[in-house]
Amino acid sequence: MSHTISPNTDRPLGAPHFDEVVRAQAPWSRTLTAGQHLRIVDLEGNQAVDFLLYSADDVVERYSAADTMTAQGNVYLTAGSVLRSNEGRPMMTIVGSTVERHDTVGGACSRESNSLRYGHHTNHQHACVDNFLLEHSRRAMGKRDMVPNINFFMNVPVEPDGSLGIVDGISAPGLFVDLRAEMDVVVVVSNCPQINNPCNGFNPSAVHMIVTNPA
Amino acid sequence: MSNTATTHAARDHARAQAAQADDRLSRRTPLDAPDVVWSETVEAGNYAIRALPRGTRLELTDVEGDTSVQLLVFNQHQRSERLNIADTVKVQWQAYLGAGQLLLSDMGRVLMSFESDTSAGHDTFNAMSNRAWNDAKYGDGGIHGDTPNARDRFAVALAKAGLGRRDIGPSVNLFKSVFVEPDGSFTWRGDTSPPGGSVVLRADMDVLVALTVTPHVRDPRPDYKVTPVDITARVGQPAPPDDPIRNSTPEALRAFENTEDWYVSRPELTSDVGDPT
Repeated sequence: MSHTISPNTDRPLGAPHFDEVVRAQAPWSRTLTAGQHLRIVDLEGNQAVDFLLYSADDVVERYSAADTMTAQGNVYLTAGSVLRSNEGRPMMTIVGSTVERHDTVGGACSRESNSLRYGHHTNHQHACVDNFLLEHSRRAMGKRDMVPNINFFMNVPVEPDGSLGIVDGISAPGLFVDLRAEMDVVVVVSNCPQINNPCNGFNPSAVHMIVTNPA
Repeated sequence: MSNTATTHAARDHARAQAAQADDRLSRRTPLDAPDVVWSETVEAGNYAIRALPRGTRLELTDVEGDTSVQLLVFNQHQRSERLNIADTVKVQWQAYLGAGQLLLSDMGRVLMSFESDTSAGHDTFNAMSNRAWNDAKYGDGGIHGDTPNARDRFAVALAKAGLGRRDIGPSVNLFKSVFVEPDGSFTWRGDTSPPGGSVVLRADMDVLVALTVTPHVRDPRPDYKVTPVDITARVGQPAPPDDPIRNSTPEALRAFENTEDWYVSRPELTSDVGDPT
C-alpha cells in the first residue's frame, strides 16, 4: 500500500522524509532525529494510537507520563504539551493538534488488564502490550521497559470524584497530531486493537505516519 | 591526642555511637516479636526496601503529619511484574486511592490492597522528583546533599535488590493529595494531612516494596519539607474467599482470581501458608 502526504492537510511540516500506513491492530517503530516532525493521521476517526518514546542514545531514559503531567500541571495533552522523559527532559513537543486533547493516564491495554475489565474470555484477544513487547524485542528492550504511554485520539476524562475511564472519542476522520522531536528518539507505537471499549469506536482502523525533515 | 588516634580508641569511639543515637531512627525489627516482620523509621530524603510475604500488613504512619512517601511494588519472585499505575486507576475506574482499593500489577494481579486508610489521600498522577527537578527547585538534587531526589534514591535502593534505573516506574505518592480540576489542571491538597494518619497495605502476593520519603513535586513550599514515616509490618493471612475487598467489584474479584491462579502455578510458594486447623 502506498500513500503520499495528503494535499488536504492545512500546512506542510517540512520536506517529506518517510511515510507509512500502519494497518489496524499493528505495531510500528521508527527512530527520529532531533528536529524531525511526525504527523499521525487518524484516517477513519477515533483510533487510539498508543505511543511510547525512548532516547535513542540511552533507552533507560524514556517517556514519563507522570513527569509530563507534572511539568505542565495538567493531565491532558494538547497542542503545546512537551512530552518529557523520566529525567525531566523534553523528548518531543506537540506542535499542533486538530483534536482538542489526548490521553496519557489510561495506559495500554493488555491481555491481563482486559481479563480484569471485561472478563477472562478476553485473555486471548490481541492487545497493545503485546505489540509493544514485540517492537521492544527487536530493539534489545523488554517488559521492564514498559511504562505508561500516550494514547493519541483517546478520551479519558477525570471526574471530580476521581472517576475516570475511556469514553466515546472526540476525534474524527482525517484529524491529526503533529509532533517535533526535541532529541533523537525511538518512537514505538501500537495501533490499538481493543474491541471492548470505545477507544477505537469498536472498530480498529489504520493510521498514517508521516515523517518530515525541517523545512 | 584525639579519641580516634589509635585503632582501639577509634573502635571504642565507633561503638559508643549507637547508645547516643535518636531512638526513633534506631527502630528496627524486633527479634522477640515474631509477628513483626519490619519495623523502621525512614527520615526525610531517605529510602527503604524490603521483601514482604503474602498476607503481611504493612502499616505506614505519618506521625508528624507532613510525610510524603513514593512507593514502588514488585512481585518478589518475578520482578519484571510490578506496580502499574495506569492499570491501577483504569481498571478500578478511580484515580483517588483509599481504603478498599488495590495496587495492581501489569500482569492483572493484586500486589497489595488498602486495608485501611486514615490519611487525607494520595496521588497517582504526578512524578517522583528527579535530579533535574530538585536541582531547579532546591538548588541541588544530589543524593549526597540535603535535598536528595526520589528517582536517584530509588536507583540506589533497587540496585541493592539487583534491579536498576529501568525498573523505576511511576510511583504511587502516599500522604499527599492532588485534585484534578475539570479542565485537567492540578490543585494541591497536600497540606491537609492529619498527624498520625496511617495506611495499612495488605500484601496480596509476596512483594518487594521500595519507598522514598521526599517532598511531593507539587508541594508549593520552597523549602525541602517532609517528615519521617514510621513503618511497621506484621505477618497475616492472605485474603480469604469471602474477603470484602476481594469481592468488592467484578474487576477486583478477577484480579484476586488471577493472583490465586498464579499461586496455583507456583505451589512451592504456598506450601506453608494456611492454618491446618
